[in-house]
Amino acid sequence: MTEAEPVTNQGVSGKPAGGLDIARIREDFPILAREVHGKPLVYLDNAATSQKPRQVIEALVRYYESYNANIHRAVHCLGEEATAAYEEARAKVARFINAPSPECIVFTRNTTEAINLVAYTWGRANVGPDSGVLLTLLEHHSNIIPWQRLTAEKGASLRYIGITEQQTLELDGLENLMDSRTRLLSVTQVSNALGTINPVQTLVAEAHRNGTMVLVDGAQSVPHMPVDVQAMDCDFFAFSSHKMLGPTGVGVLYARPELLQEMDPFLGGGEMIKRVTQEDAIWNDVPWKFEAGTPNIADVIGFGVAIDYLNGLGMENVRAHEMEMSEYALRRLRQLEEVIIYGPPDPADRGGVISFNYPDLHPHDIGTVLDRHGVAVRAGHHCAQPLMSHLDVSGTVRASFYVYNTLAEVDVLVDALGQAYAFFSNDRK
Amino acid sequence: MTANREDEYAQQEAQLDDLYREVILDHYRNPRYRGSLPSPTTRYEGYNPLCGDDVTVELLVKGGIVEDVAYHGSGCSISQSSASMMTEAIRGKTVQKIESLFREFTAMMRGSDDIDFDLIGDLEALEGVRKFPVRVKCATLAWHTLQEALQHLDQGEDQVASDERAIR
Repeated sequence: MTEAEPVTNQGVSGKPAGGLDIARIREDFPILAREVHGKPLVYLDNAATSQKPRQVIEALVRYYESYNANIHRAVHCLGEEATAAYEEARAKVARFINAPSPECIVFTRNTTEAINLVAYTWGRANVGPDSGVLLTLLEHHSNIIPWQRLTAEKGASLRYIGITEQQTLELDGLENLMDSRTRLLSVTQVSNALGTINPVQTLVAEAHRNGTMVLVDGAQSVPHMPVDVQAMDCDFFAFSSHKMLGPTGVGVLYARPELLQEMDPFLGGGEMIKRVTQEDAIWNDVPWKFEAGTPNIADVIGFGVAIDYLNGLGMENVRAHEMEMSEYALRRLRQLEEVIIYGPPDPADRGGVISFNYPDLHPHDIGTVLDRHGVAVRAGHHCAQPLMSHLDVSGTVRASFYVYNTLAEVDVLVDALGQAYAFFSNDRK
Repeated sequence: MTANREDEYAQQEAQLDDLYREVILDHYRNPRYRGSLPSPTTRYEGYNPLCGDDVTVELLVKGGIVEDVAYHGSGCSISQSSASMMTEAIRGKTVQKIESLFREFTAMMRGSDDIDFDLIGDLEALEGVRKFPVRVKCATLAWHTLQEALQHLDQGEDQVASDERAIR
């Protein structure tokens, strides 16, 4: 596979940004050359999905043009090549999050499916009427609905850790929420809606002292910062390829090996069995026990190349670049007096996600005007309706950054925002 | 600001004017009949789950005529302006006339070419929303809510009907 070469610290217009050469990185992303409504695309919707570098796109084409075959059981050359590439991607994923072995990595369709897998298998076996699941107010719907369904089915309790004024988790009084009946704490590492970074390592330690298992939703963390699941000591960890330069349709569930051994399969079918009789079957080994049917071979291989690319940049550099972006964006947005900015004030406490509102203006109106300036942002509830209700807003505007974004793009955003506000406020007074 | 930049901004606004026509912005800034009626004969709450827009329509209907109307709610400028424009368009009209207006308006928003623009009047300003497909439901929310309110009337309900069901 092509290993992305490390880029040097040259920066755009001579300004180094977190050790990344952004101008050179941008050349790897064909989509960044396009225009939207006659303006250069300013893509600030990375928390929804990231763009893909040429290296990833080419890996997909290479697979389909030169070694497309089904994996694992073929005795022919193409099948062996495809199997090797698929399993190599699993090993890359394991190394990327410092999982103890590739066997701890289960490929799913997305983060949502990874969380559902845990709810349907481990959850059904371990959550009962006298137990409960603990979430936080910062969760995405994908980390709420599976647990609502499970606890409703089992007659178990469902509780939420609230948030402080600064929109960080309210950890005072945690002992009242987490008790001997709490089987699982399921928490996001970085809030997709506000950017808040949660102290997952502390939460895991606290939960384990209490005998509570922990699932960490890493969809917004793994793409943007170094992650070490062993240091974090979580029991389950879920994330998606498409938010980290990889193709859509690939998610990852990491679980401690002994948990995967104990858990029942999720879906049944080919690939997940060793031997089948008319009456029953013997399950395949972990992790293949959880990968029924032909998996998303091409996109898993493409995901492996996305990981190569990120390794080439260095995740410390990625994090530093996004902190610089956030710091600058916060500073510029604060100059627009009317704007309400959500999330912790210190860029060190947040990922590269900034959520904000103008009072009296609906996020969709702002989003529509920004789009006319070529600026792609998210406007709405960000699949976090309980959080939006708590904040008493219908939604927010969200700008989220990645490795190819520049400080100049923040200027375009801020300039366009000022015009949007003027457009709607004209004559209002 | 340089002259070039001013040109550029003017161009941007021209494109946006397709969506945010002056009439729409006027209703957004100065909403008509916004609030509640003291004793409505029917009321319905509509909700667009996609945007979180909500609009409640209240009617005072006597002898087949909408004598008074009010709306309240929250949402984007298109959903709230459309509600305001609707109240102005239907106040004092017969239920029968309002129903044909509803059919004409929703046909316009679906992209029909055969529209009676005399009947549509000022509501024509919302036609530009069609170029922004995700926003069409914002424009039609108040009208579908009105339709539900009128249907409660047809069922002979003299009680105020209130429902939180999503109107799509």
